[in-house]
Amino acid sequence: MVDAKKQDPRSKFPPVEGGKSRYNLTSGKYMKIWQGPQHPGITGNMSLELTVCGDEVVDCKTHVGYLHRGFEKLMERRKYIQCFPLVCRICVPEPDFNEYLFAECVEELAGIQIPERAKWLRALTLEMARLTSFLMWIGGQAGSFGMGTIGQWTVTMRDYMLDLFEELSGGRIYHMYIIPGGVRADLPEGYEGRVESTLKQIEKVLKDVELALMHNYVFKKRAKGLGIITPDMVDEYGITGPNARGSGVKRDIRKDNPYLIYDQLDFEIVTETGSDAYARTWVRMKEMYQSIDLIRQMMKKMPKEGPFFQKLPNVLHWKVPAGQTYHKSECTRGEYGFYMVSDGTELPRRVYVRGPSYTHAVTLMERLAVNTNIADTAGLMVSLHTYPPEIER
Amino acid sequence: MSLKDIIAPFSVWKRAFEKPYTTKKPLDERPGAARYRGFHINDMNKCIGCGTCEEICQNAAIDLVPVSKTVHGDSGLRPKIDYGRCCWCALCVDICPTSSLGMSNEYIWIDSDPEVFRFIPGHDDKPWNNSELGYRRAEGYDLLEGQRVAMPMLSFEESKKSFVEMVQGYSAEQARLEADRCIACGICVATCPAHMQVPEYIKAIRDDDMGEGLKIVYNANPLPASCGRVCSHACEYVCAVKHKGEALSIRWLKRYIIDQIYLGDYQKVLDEGEPGNGKKIAVIGSGPGGLSAAYYLSLLGYAVTIYDANDKAGGMLRYGIPEYRLPYNQIDKDVDYITSLGVEIIQNTKIGRDIPFSKIYDEFDSVFFSTGLTDPYGLDISGEDLKGVIPGLEMLDEVTKGLVPDIGSSVVVVGGGNVAMDAARTSKRYGAEVTILYRRRKEDMPADEEEIEEAQGEDCILTTQAIPLRLEKGDKTRLKLYWGKAEMVSEGPGKRPKPVLIEGSEELIECDTVITAIGQAADYSFLSEEITAKLSFKRGYVEVNEFYQTADRKIFAGGDIANPKRDAISAIANGHSAAKGIDIYLTNFRKLN
Repeated sequence: MVDAKKQDPRSKFPPVEGGKSRYNLTSGKYMKIWQGPQHPGITGNMSLELTVCGDEVVDCKTHVGYLHRGFEKLMERRKYIQCFPLVCRICVPEPDFNEYLFAECVEELAGIQIPERAKWLRALTLEMARLTSFLMWIGGQAGSFGMGTIGQWTVTMRDYMLDLFEELSGGRIYHMYIIPGGVRADLPEGYEGRVESTLKQIEKVLKDVELALMHNYVFKKRAKGLGIITPDMVDEYGITGPNARGSGVKRDIRKDNPYLIYDQLDFEIVTETGSDAYARTWVRMKEMYQSIDLIRQMMKKMPKEGPFFQKLPNVLHWKVPAGQTYHKSECTRGEYGFYMVSDGTELPRRVYVRGPSYTHAVTLMERLAVNTNIADTAGLMVSLHTYPPEIER
Repeated sequence: MSLKDIIAPFSVWKRAFEKPYTTKKPLDERPGAARYRGFHINDMNKCIGCGTCEEICQNAAIDLVPVSKTVHGDSGLRPKIDYGRCCWCALCVDICPTSSLGMSNEYIWIDSDPEVFRFIPGHDDKPWNNSELGYRRAEGYDLLEGQRVAMPMLSFEESKKSFVEMVQGYSAEQARLEADRCIACGICVATCPAHMQVPEYIKAIRDDDMGEGLKIVYNANPLPASCGRVCSHACEYVCAVKHKGEALSIRWLKRYIIDQIYLGDYQKVLDEGEPGNGKKIAVIGSGPGGLSAAYYLSLLGYAVTIYDANDKAGGMLRYGIPEYRLPYNQIDKDVDYITSLGVEIIQNTKIGRDIPFSKIYDEFDSVFFSTGLTDPYGLDISGEDLKGVIPGLEMLDEVTKGLVPDIGSSVVVVGGGNVAMDAARTSKRYGAEVTILYRRRKEDMPADEEEIEEAQGEDCILTTQAIPLRLEKGDKTRLKLYWGKAEMVSEGPGKRPKPVLIEGSEELIECDTVITAIGQAADYSFLSEEITAKLSFKRGYVEVNEFYQTADRKIFAGGDIANPKRDAISAIANGHSAAKGIDIYLTNFRKLN
């Protein structure tokens, strides 16, 4: 519920009083509608409790918990190696960031240095995951404004990316490729060529998407001015990723705090100043092109051979030295982080996952939904690019 | 807004004329990628049922179920996978020490019966069983370590000059690293005659808890300082990690635990057992069997007296194994702890010669004998009684007693067992040129692999497929040994081939000494006639039941005399079983009567 002080000053409706609902639902003026947890206009399994006046949203409450699988708790009862197949499930469209951060934390606590080639292969999969995830997202963004066809094109492209993942790791969705110590396998024979031809195909489709979506009167009309995140809200709400960059805030962990081999790549942080759903869409579109470029750079600069895995102590009874660490990386939605505490036993004492969707989908959504048209809530939510699985670890 | 914003979206109409991405028939088969993690496959012949896959599976999707008989090094169990639980992570494939487990690239399987989605890969007939494609552990990625931590050893140049112990022992860091390789499958436990809790004491090393390690070791073996050096380590031959390269050095890890603790500290850790129950047990022979029985009986509260013919306890451990393999102070460490519990050892007393067996039989509540095999077999060739022909055991016995054996400068050892290797290497240390003659092939030799390698490393010449023919008095040397070449004749499948003399082949070796080491027989002369008549014997062994109880219920027997395995660890296991048997006999049995 929106606090009186935080309420959008443009609202023509009465403010919060004593934390209670100030809308008299029996007056006939307001109506309460649940959007989700089963609703095509909602990202994943969460729901919005909307109070509407006519078709205007006057209040929004978010409800999560439909997808809680207790990963963090499960990890406390598993050996380090057994957490590895678990973490990828925290975020379905981008499992690789979980795998990477988990591995990075374990490696730091255990003092393991991974080989150079493993770093490049990890960065490669992370960038491929970014592109794959954005391809699905843009389908959602277009679909939420009634342009389902675009989703069909891009989800096909995503499938081609999944083919590449399947070839590399043996799995389409849950890759389980980045393991503590490095990666599980080297690139298959002739992989670079197949990556390149897929990238070319995607580029072609992205051009079409640009024409059909970004230069679309309907989309512009609806997305411009929707869900404005002012730069001063960025720190207040803990906004990261394209949501912040769409408001002109130059913030990208790949640049600010380079991990893996990102300092050896040539790229600039993409920003837009529109602060609305349209600007955020542009940021993501440009980041897709950027990802394609980064993948090409990596394919060129990567050492052609060398070990890709550093031998670990026997994983069946691996006692990771006591300590704690936090690692973060820039995923499609912003700062993804893993905080790990080891007490020196075979099981992690605590693994905390910082998903960017937590702030974006809960507090930020509650704030931005007010004063929007009910038909735009779906588009607004997708423009924040949230994934409920990482809200409920 | 511009005109472009209205026109641009229409430009993508061109896509309507492009080739569609989708297939016309959704059921068209699309094979999984070459690395696809599909349904499991398992090579039944390679799999040993170690259960490491079950151990690593975080979903508890794998259950080891019996599919065949347990044999040496194979539990007979095979993984059964529940595809309702499996998350297709393939960690089971990565960790599999035999690399028998893999995954096919098959991912479509439709059935209305949920039960069929739980099956034993490789055992149950599935269309993908012979799939070449699918996930396998990649070259360059391995979760287990196949290489053993190298044991610091004396070089052969040094070792053949003295009786200094050749194996130097692991440092703490080396032991921890070696212990880390264990996958705790327990196949070693099943194989060890004494069923020592190997994974548990190896865990104690990892945890750096030597007290706990000592306790676990003594639960099944009261002679660990000796066994940690000379055990025949059946465990290492079946170790699951051996399938990746080298087995865990289980024997030396056990030795590491014992080497870390002073004898004086044993009692702080180990259980002293029950208070005395007033019953007396006699043990004849202070070899591993006798000492083991005495230890466990004394824990149960029995007053144990050991009678031994030699002047020091240890039996074959002391008088049959040279000091460079097993230093005498290590035998003392084991024996001293057992005597510190109140076990009395009466040395230089041979039953049958100094005390009649019947006296012991009458005075004690029960008798355990473990007198070993002491009568060496002869070569059964002419000239065997010439001066210079001596049994290997006699020579080793002399060396232990501090005498210099009269072997001259060239020695031929006949035999392929550990006694032959010990005699050969001991002769080498007295400066002799040594040749070992064995009638079968090298791979048939009963001696431990490393014993053979070390003997050869110390420049003992090994001649296989050689059958001694006759001995004659020599001219320049004491003896002339004529031997003939043998060819291996198949005895049918499953049987080891038999050496048959090639007629007409004859070779000569001139030497000062011929040491015979082709086995020993038991000597039952210490038993009274009346008792001998009561007991039953089979191929030279006294017949016993599972508790090593003979046909005379009051008499128990163990070790080489009752057990064809003929090694220290089996004797220790026999002593342990007999101690349990004696306890049952003296408590429950009598009540039943």
